[in-house]
Amino acid sequence: MSKELIRLADCCMAFDGELVLDHINLYFNDSEFLTLLGPSGCGKTTTLRIIGGFITPTSGEVLFDGVRMNDIPPNLRQVNTVFQRYALFPHLNVFENVAFGLRIPKTEGGRKVKIPEAEIRRRVLEMLEVVSLKGFEQRRINELSGGQQQRVAIARALVNRPKVLLLDEPLGALDLRLRKDMQNELKRIQQQLGITFIYVTHDQEEALAMSDTIVVMDQGKIQQIGTPEDVYNEPKNAFVADFIGESNILDGVMHEDYVVEFFNRKFKCLDKGFSPMEPVDVVIRPEDIDIVPKEAGQLRGTVTSVTFKGVHYDTIVDFKGFKWLIQTTDYHPEGETIGIVLNPDDIHIMHKSQYSGLFGDYSSYSEEYEEMDDASLGGEGGDEE
Amino acid sequence: MKNKRALFAVPYVGWMALFVVAPIVMVVLYAFTAASGGFTLENFARIGGYAVVFTRSFQLALIATVICLLIGYPVAYMISREGPRFQRVAMMLVMLPMWMNFLLRTYSWMSILENTGLLNRFFSAIGLFSLINRLFGVQLEYFPMINTQGAVVLGMVYNYLPFMILPIYSVIEKLDSSLLEAARDLGANSLGVFRKVILPLSLPGVLSGVTMVFVPSVSTFAISKLLGGSNELLLGDLIEQYFVGTSYNPYLGSAVALVMMVIVVVCMAVMNRFGEGEEQAVML
Repeated sequence: MSKELIRLADCCMAFDGELVLDHINLYFNDSEFLTLLGPSGCGKTTTLRIIGGFITPTSGEVLFDGVRMNDIPPNLRQVNTVFQRYALFPHLNVFENVAFGLRIPKTEGGRKVKIPEAEIRRRVLEMLEVVSLKGFEQRRINELSGGQQQRVAIARALVNRPKVLLLDEPLGALDLRLRKDMQNELKRIQQQLGITFIYVTHDQEEALAMSDTIVVMDQGKIQQIGTPEDVYNEPKNAFVADFIGESNILDGVMHEDYVVEFFNRKFKCLDKGFSPMEPVDVVIRPEDIDIVPKEAGQLRGTVTSVTFKGVHYDTIVDFKGFKWLIQTTDYHPEGETIGIVLNPDDIHIMHKSQYSGLFGDYSSYSEEYEEMDDASLGGEGGDEE
Repeated sequence: MKNKRALFAVPYVGWMALFVVAPIVMVVLYAFTAASGGFTLENFARIGGYAVVFTRSFQLALIATVICLLIGYPVAYMISREGPRFQRVAMMLVMLPMWMNFLLRTYSWMSILENTGLLNRFFSAIGLFSLINRLFGVQLEYFPMINTQGAVVLGMVYNYLPFMILPIYSVIEKLDSSLLEAARDLGANSLGVFRKVILPLSLPGVLSGVTMVFVPSVSTFAISKLLGGSNELLLGDLIEQYFVGTSYNPYLGSAVALVMMVIVVVCMAVMNRFGEGEEQAVML
């Protein structure tokens, strides 16, 4: 049904001997909204720049429709890019920015073909309408707001009818409200035009909301590829579980199929295919946990902190020194002893990985929040070069 | 708060008033004053006699500016494309001559271009003149280079070239590299990126470079005096003559200076207008 457009085959990228991409194998399908998701420095922007043609991989192949493209410059590739900070031409008005690509003569069959002015005009106006910027043609770039500049950047790329649109953290510089609006807008445009979007972000919420496919990356490696539901519900390792949403990650032992032991207690789960008595990481999402009176609980713990978050309370509960995050709409005051019940489908089992033991304990919860803030502030700066 | 900060500007404003505004006012007053005192327009009437000098000055300055632009732009562009270490060294080399005294630099050109100067002696040593004489049956002993318009233009280009390179370089160097990537991404080849992005965005640098070369070139007197001899009198020499020379006449000198200033200002205004027009033309 969906055709493969682009393939990265065993791509590595090293800058000054430092490996930034580590044997990436990835393909991109027609009409797909694919997101490269990961923290700063994970290699997502590098991957995008390889597809765009701005850098050539140290090893491996870039294939467009099965044809090797490694040494083809960006101007001869059928992809267009929306840059992190838009990169609009300050000496041109909105119309001319969008028309930029159309005004460049294309070589067809050895002959240079220019698009007639009337068609340029028609296509530019049509595209400005798609991005809701009708009537802005004569505006100068510095007269536009961030959101409007963003739309011009998208129109400027899309007017060339690329098969694939590359977007490098395009919403990073916008405020939260505008970002949500633009998310919907981007998704709408993608569906309306039916072309492939390859979207780079460090914002997991954004990735979950927009993507057909999410590629989670860290340290130059692909950690997991899947639908938003897949990566959220069935994270492959502790890194994915921690990066996508909140997770309590505990050490466990898989006794047999469908039975896992942690906190000296056996629980039923839905996972199988592990070796007998294999040590595993157990992921429990904070919103999946049911708080019950302490007598009725499978486990018993003490509330150590409560934070009101609007929709729910973030409740930190201490179970024998290991602190869990539980998200619940019920209020349980600090110091209360509660019980919890875990259903088989609340428990997700993962193989041990290099990330085991790094995440998932909420003992240092508030610090973790601060770190996240730092990350989202620093993430704006195109920090991957 | 605001007034307090305005205090910082007082020294400069005072300086400007004393040494910029006041002299200009004096020049204007002198230009309209007769030698006997009293108002007159006669000074301007006499300027007509110096039309040749005016034309020559503007012509040579224009030629020098164009040559500076033709040499300076590619150099500035190339330097700005290189790595930071290369850029630092290259820009230092561009500035290096300016650390030497202006007159000394020009004197050294004299000794290079003279009839018995370095160049002619070199040509003679490699047997160029005897070859030419044998081939064409002439009696050539040297190329006349000093005291020509060419020498004056050479002196202007040599002295003012850094003023062309510097502003162009700093504009191109600051160009956001993602703009160049965007242009590539949209299908432009190297030439297209240059023509449609780099060139229009570097225009402000070109304009200030042109101003910084043209204005001192048009009013120079040392270069023309040393390299042009007495045949190639320029406006600067003319003005100098009237103020400190044999034919002392500050009133006529002021008139010449005033007319020159007005022409320069008009030239610059037109050019800036043209520059803006260019931007607009690209926009439309």
